Order: sequence, then C-alpha cells, then structure tokens
Amino acid sequence: MSRKQHALTFQEVFLTLSQFWQDRGCLVGQPYDVEKGAGTMNPMSFFRAIGPEPWRVAYVEPSRRPADARYGENPNRFYQHHQFQVILKPSPDDVQEVYLQSLTALGIDARRHDIRFVEDNWEAPTLGAAGTGWEVWLDGLEISQFTYFQQVGGFETRPVSVEMTYGLERLTGYLQDKENLFDIVWVDDLTYGDVFKRAEYEHSVYSFEVADVKTLVTLYDLYEQEAKRTLERGLILPTYDFVLKCSHTFNVLEARGAISVTERTGYLGRIRALARACAQAWLKKREEMGFPLIGKFGGSAAASVTAPAAAATEDKGGKARG
Amino acid sequence: MAENNVRRVPSGPADFVFEVGTEEMPARFLPAAVEQLETRGRALFDETLLGAHEVFAYATPRRLVLLATGVAGRQADREVEAKGPAKKAAFDPEGRPTRAAEGFARSQGVTPADLVVKAASGGEYVFAHRHVTGRAAEDVLGEALTGLLTSLEWPKLMRWGDHDLRFVRPIKWLLALYRGTVVQLSIDGVTSGRETFGHRFLHPGALSVATAADYLPVVRLGQVIVDPAERRAQILSQIRAVTAKAGGRVVEDPDLLTEVTFLVEYPTVLLGRFAPEYLQLPADVLVTTMKRHQRYFPVLDDQGHLAPLFITVRNGDDFALDVVRTGNEKVLRARLADAKFFYDDDLRRTLADRVTELDGVAFQERLGTMGDKTRRLEALVTDILRLAQAPAQGGKEARGGGAVRTLSEADPRLVETARRAAHLAKADLVTNLVKEFTELQGRMGQVYAEKSGESPDVARAIGEQYRPAFAGDEVPATTAGKVLALADKTDTLAAAFGIGLVPTGSQDPYGLRRAAQGVVAILLAADFRLSLGQLVDRAFSHLGQMATKAAEGREALMDFLRGRVANAMAETGLRYDVVEATLAAGFDDPAGAGERARALAVVRDEEAFADVVTAFTRAANLAGKAPAGRPVDPALFEHDAESRLLEAYQAVAAEALAMEKEGRYTDFLRSLSKLRPAVDAFFEAVMVMVDDRRVRENRLNLLRSVSGLATRVADLSKLVAAPSAKA
Repeated sequence: MSRKQHALTFQEVFLTLSQFWQDRGCLVGQPYDVEKGAGTMNPMSFFRAIGPEPWRVAYVEPSRRPADARYGENPNRFYQHHQFQVILKPSPDDVQEVYLQSLTALGIDARRHDIRFVEDNWEAPTLGAAGTGWEVWLDGLEISQFTYFQQVGGFETRPVSVEMTYGLERLTGYLQDKENLFDIVWVDDLTYGDVFKRAEYEHSVYSFEVADVKTLVTLYDLYEQEAKRTLERGLILPTYDFVLKCSHTFNVLEARGAISVTERTGYLGRIRALARACAQAWLKKREEMGFPLIGKFGGSAAASVTAPAAAATEDKGGKARG
Repeated sequence: MAENNVRRVPSGPADFVFEVGTEEMPARFLPAAVEQLETRGRALFDETLLGAHEVFAYATPRRLVLLATGVAGRQADREVEAKGPAKKAAFDPEGRPTRAAEGFARSQGVTPADLVVKAASGGEYVFAHRHVTGRAAEDVLGEALTGLLTSLEWPKLMRWGDHDLRFVRPIKWLLALYRGTVVQLSIDGVTSGRETFGHRFLHPGALSVATAADYLPVVRLGQVIVDPAERRAQILSQIRAVTAKAGGRVVEDPDLLTEVTFLVEYPTVLLGRFAPEYLQLPADVLVTTMKRHQRYFPVLDDQGHLAPLFITVRNGDDFALDVVRTGNEKVLRARLADAKFFYDDDLRRTLADRVTELDGVAFQERLGTMGDKTRRLEALVTDILRLAQAPAQGGKEARGGGAVRTLSEADPRLVETARRAAHLAKADLVTNLVKEFTELQGRMGQVYAEKSGESPDVARAIGEQYRPAFAGDEVPATTAGKVLALADKTDTLAAAFGIGLVPTGSQDPYGLRRAAQGVVAILLAADFRLSLGQLVDRAFSHLGQMATKAAEGREALMDFLRGRVANAMAETGLRYDVVEATLAAGFDDPAGAGERARALAVVRDEEAFADVVTAFTRAANLAGKAPAGRPVDPALFEHDAESRLLEAYQAVAAEALAMEKEGRYTDFLRSLSKLRPAVDAFFEAVMVMVDDRRVRENRLNLLRSVSGLATRVADLSKLVAAPSAKA
C-alpha cells in the first residue's frame, strides 16, 4: 500500500486534525465531561448551532453507546468510541474541499484512493435535530459523517452549521492497516487495546448484566426532576447536564433490555421535551445578551476557511456575505 | 442486465448548454431529476419561442446539464393581439374613445386610434395589435433558466451557510452559454460564466468552455462522463469483462446499477475477493451485506452459486487500483465478520425460544406489540383455514359439483403447519441479523426455523409471509404461505384502518397499499376461495378494543380493497367500465370477480349484446323503484307480455344459474339475450307506472327479478356504450 512510511498513531491523528482546524480559525475545545452518545450532544455543538451567532469549534468526543458494547470481543464495535467533531457556522462555501485537505493532512492521497460523498441524512429526534449530508467513504469505508444542520432544538437553523464527524478508530485503523481496532497504535508501544480493552469488557458486563434497573429508573426520574427545577431557575447549562444524564441512563436501561415498547416512547419524549426547553431558553437568553458572538471569528460569516494565510487576508478584507 | 440505454448525444453542434455544479447530490434523486430537466427544458424552448431541434438532460453526482441544438439566436418578430374593453365601454355615444379605451391603448403601447373593433364571444370588443420585436436568445434564456432551476422538484431540499435558497445540495458554479456568449444569470450569489470543473480528483481545476458546442469535449477532457446512459453502459461492459475473466457472472440488479451510475462521474470497475469461509453464511446475508452497506455487486460462479468475489465501481480511473481494491476487501471482511458474528449468535437460540421477546417489540405505537400481533395471526390463520373453500378434488377450482370442503377439512395437517408458522412468523425480528438488515425479515426466519428443527413446510411458510413484497413479486407458492401472508397483511390493514390510519394520496407510511395489493394478488392466485368480507371481519374481531374506529375502519378498508381489486383487473387489460360493472355486482370473491369481468369483456363486444344492455339497463332503472323482496304474483298480470316475460325469465334463470354455478359466465351473459325479446315486448305493451299500487309494484318486482339476474355477474348499466366497432 501507498501510505507514508510511518502511519500516524491514534493520537497523531487527532492532534493533526486539531492543528488543521485550529489553522482554519476553529477554537479547539475539549470533550464535555458528561456521558453522551455523540459529539453533537456536547454543548459546544448543540447550543452553538442555534441562533444567528457564528461558531467554529473542533474537539474530540468520547461517545458512549451501551447497546454497541461487545465485551471487547468484536474487532469493530465498541461501547465507547471517539469522534473528532468539527462545527463551522455558517457553513463555508468551500467546506468539502477543506475537509478533503484535512484528509491530505492525515497522509491520505486522494488520487490513490476512492473518496465518495454518499447521501446520508442525520436525525436526532431527542435533540429536535435533523440535517442533510453524506457519509464520506474512503475505499468503501465510512470514515466521516458530514451534515448540514437544518434544524436543532426544534428551531430551523439560520445560518446553517456544518458538522463533520470523523470516526477516529476507523480512520486510524485504516491508516495503520489494522484488522482489529484494538491493535491500533495509540503511541509508541501502546495500543488502543492496552488503554481501553478492559474498559470495554467492564462496561459491557455492566450495561448488559449488572446495571440495576430500579436504581437507574430512579436516577432517570431524579435527573429529570432536577433538570426541571434547574430550568425554572433559568440555569440552562446545568439543566442540559441533567438532560444528558437522562439520555445516557436511558441508553443503559435500553441496553439492559429493561425498557418496554410502550415505555420507550415515553422516556424519549421526556428527554426531547427537556432538550427543546433548553434550546428555547438558550435562544432567548442569547437574544437578551444581544447575541454577543456576532462579529467574532474574524468578522461575520466568512465564506471560506481555506489555507490559514489566505484566510487571514480574507478576514481582514472583511469578506462578509449577506 | 439489459443494455437498454444507449448514449444520448446531439446529432450536431450544441447551440446552448447550461450546467449547474453542486456538491454531491443524492443518487436516488437523479434519475427523476434528469427526466424533469429534459421535459422542462424542452418546454422552456417552446415558451421562449426560441425553439430547439434536440434537447438533452444529463446528470452526474456533481452536475445537472441541459444541452440543446437548433436554438434560434433571436426570437422572431411577431404581431400580438390583445383584447380590450367591450365596444360599448370603449367609445362614447359620439364614437370618441373613453378613458377605458385610452388606458387600454396606453397599456399596449398603441394610440387609441390604432384600436380596432372585432366581434368576439359575447359581443364586440376593441383589440390592440402591436408589433413585438424578438429578443436575443441570451437575454431571454437568462430569465428562463433561473425559473427552470428553482422549479425543479426534489424529494428533499436543504439550506446552507447564510444563503436563502433551498436546493437539493449547495450550488457551486453555473455555466450557461448560448453559442459563444455567456447567458447571464445569478442564483443566490452564484453568477453564471463559462467555467466548468473536471472530476473532483482526476481533474480538479477549472476548465474554460469557449462555445456551447465545445462543452461535451471539454468536460470529457476533465474526465467526467456527463451522460448517465454512457456511464451505465461503461459500467456494464467493464463488469462483463472482469467477471468473464474471473469465470463468473454478476447478479443482475438494475436498481443497484442505476444507483452506482449516479455515484460516479468516471467509472472504473474492479473485482475484489473475500474469504471462501464466509460462503457458509446464508446467501441472502452475503448479498444484503454487499449491496446494502457497500453497493457492491455479488458474483455468481458458473454453477449459479455465490462466488467469493464482489464487484465495486471506483469513481476514478485505474491509477493505484490495487490500493482501492485492498481497502474495499478489508471493509467487506469486517462487514462479513460482523454478519458471521451475528449469525452464529442468532443460532445459539431456537426461534421458538424468542417468541416471548416479541412482547417487547412494538408493532405500532397504538397497536401493541409484535407479541399481540403473533397471537392475532395464530387466530386468523385458523379462521382462514376454516372459512376458505378448498379446491374440489380432481378439479382445479373450488367450485362445481360435490360437497364443498374447507381447507382445514381438506387437509388437517395444514392447520398445524399454518398455526406453527404463525406462532414463529415474527420471531426473527428479535434476531441480530434482522435488526441489522430489516429486509431479511422472513427469509432469516426460514433459515432459523430450519436450523431450529421446525418442519420444512413451517419454515417455508415463514419465508413466504411477506410476499408479494413489491409490484410484480411472486405470491407465496405454498398454501400455508398464502394463508399466513393473507393473515399478516389483513391484520396490518385492519389494525391501521381500525385506528384511522388510512392512506391518502401518496401518503402511505405503513405500506398499506402494498399490503392490500398483496391480499388481492394472493386471492387471485390461490386455488382456494375466500370471502374478502369474512376475512376482514375476522381480522377486526381479533383486534377487539384496540380498533377504536372499527366500524368506519371496516367500511374504509373494504372500499380500499375494492380499489385494489379494480387495479388488479385493469392491469390485466380490462376496460374501466367492464371493471366497474363487474365490481358493482360484488368483489367479495376477487378471483370470481376476475372471471366475471373477463367474460363480460368478451361478451360486451358481441353485436347482439348492445341491445341486451339497453333492455337490462331500462329494466334496472325502473326496478330500482321497487320495494325489495316481494315475489311476483301472476294473478295481478293484465297483459300477455307480463306472463311471457315471467316465463322467459324463469326458463333463462334456471339455465343461467346452472352456468353460474359452473363458472361459465360467458354463457351466462349470452343466455341473457334470450330474455331481450320478452323484455322489449313487455316495455312495448305494458305501462309500468300505473296508479294501482299493487299492479305497479308487481310489475316493478318482475323487472327487479329480471335485472337481478344480470347483476349476479355485472351491473350492465355501468357499461359505457360500445364504440361502433365493426357495425
């Protein structure tokens, strides 16, 4: 195969991506410290996609999906995987080209591969969110999700954010030519399995066998109560933390097989109602605050995030749209 | 795969080209988009009066193209006539133009003196004539193209950035040329020019197009094949070449071929391999994994068995093709490893063990669980077997002489088979593989049933339960499969209609139209006879309280099924009025209705039949006024024509009913013509609507009997008068 002599390690992959997106005007964030199923649920994505303020962020997000847990035995499915998440708001006109440059930065020569944008629309009903976009295929392997948010928190998005989510394990597995993702080199002589295999096993046992249903149901109720109480006090972000906790608790209960059909709709509806209430409160609050980020990120709504130098000149020139 | 697409290229140099460059559009939208673009493009040249000799639309994932030859450079000058106010309003009594006339003249750019008076419908009006100078093509087209582009219909639109426009995907560039001139237009900040772009990776730079005639060669230089028919043909021929070399052949799949055609701008086919050990997986699992996840074509060996090979189509040339092959092989390996893991895990438990889990799977939010549905299916298949008439022994039809037996009487083992199949029918829904690939439902059920030690008949019925799954799909081959499929579809229909989920227009999220078509198709194909009304009644009875709108639901469902029966008949080429006439006489037994309709279609074109229709329609129209259910009393007859009609009726009825019993509907209808002279004579001699109520009603009853004989087969009054064919 034609890759560079030295394929990037797991951490080089996300460091390279962080550097790449920093160079294109993103703030580089950190994972949010509440369990969640996807990087979109990080407040740095969910809230910032709502309303008129610009935003550009990149961060790694550990994403927990209890139902996908496989005791560390399946080479491709994990309880927890890592997403590299990028949000650009408004979506730049050349975002696909810039995304492809990020692959080049990882050592992927597009000319030697088959890279496709295959239709895939995304929907997260509990977040009142939906978007259009693609899966990005690299020689048949889905390495990223690429989504133009059309709705978030029940609100139509104006402007539209674009979200790019790289699946870090798969991407690195491909770059390093590993059949088993636990064999990915994280750094030097440490593999992904050295770091996470035991955790995969324990979380699998917990999710499928040990989780105490009664306790979790109680926790869900308590988290919900606390979310409602907090929201009444106008504290949106603490409320949202409890919404995330409800969501993760629900996911464990479902993996545990403890949620019946009739209950399922109810649980999801309760999360959705709270998430929407947070979104509404957020938009109202930002409006009261005068949408303070308008004009940030190098002037409003730069249409391009091309190479760093060029971006700087363009921003100075105030290449603003609309 | 049929090679029914040939390259579609203009016969001469193009005068006009319009290319919309976009981010990758969904492959599934593009076939319809190409058709729309071509139809509307053709209309555009008519409407702009520029005309076009040939109009072609093309599409790739990244561009929509409209190309035309024979487009005039300028609209012809023309005279335009406009109708103004009425003469009365246009001129005062002295014949001077009024303000209304002046206003009209001004609006048309002429003087009042130029107005002429002409007669038009409703009186005399003033008209203005003016000379309109034709405009240059590039000017007219600019405006028209904006309208064309924004009028295209897509299943799903989106917005992007801070743009206002909604389109299928973001627009990147617009190329619009009339011969060598740029047609100026601007859509949401993107301005037209003469630049196009080549293939995303093979030729990423911009390409300048000097004239419309240069477009096709230039874009080809950019390694883009814009014509989907040409890409399709290339993919096919490359597939044939690589499979021939490997000694196999591809599994035909026109839909997949279409999708792949619209996923690439420059196709290169490659053959990949996977480990033969995966061939132990059921073929459906392999095929679905390849097609659904990866858009790969499976390959068969010369025995017709799956080979450990697959075909994929690269969007690009053959540079470093081995890298692409190795990558795809690795992806498939992971997918198959997953599938194998699921399959092995599924086999750890029998299907019967999983049935209780169905209580945890939703059927529909307001309709309980799959466990509930399973119990209803078990009851409903039992009902069907008790109600359906088995085919007569020795004969192929469930009719005619001899005692009529039900399916359960004819074959008691069938009851056991169908009930067991119903019990296990939905159990595969809780297996890993069906959760992963819902389209494998039923087929995995069959495999797992066999592996669980169920009888082959039970397994087969489970495997057939979802058939026919699409238009033209086969109905279940076995009787148990037919019965189970009927029960499944009818239960779904009754459940949905029972809570008011009735499909409207194109809205049919639960696939109810297909389910109803399936019910009708099975009843038409089955050798047993089953009353549609009884089937629906039983289905509703098992839903009990869950069907909150049972009464309206039943009526709506019967009406819905009637529509499907009518469609099924129309698809066999029967005329609309023949179908309507037949169904008006009942559709409870769709197979019987089909036979009646076919007989009517034959007889209605016979010369003698037109008069029969007239006579019976006249009788039926009057008979509608009769109170139902009274016998004819010959003591009340006053004319010979009355008793002669009664005698004729009795004779014909005895004969006709025997024919009906034997299913000889053509003879039945022909026999009616024997009644016609008596009917005609009756109407000639007898005044029906006399004052004496008893005499009047007696005559109406006689007519009711006569017309009622015909309506055992068809309501002849629904027939549209036959076109004077030969006569």
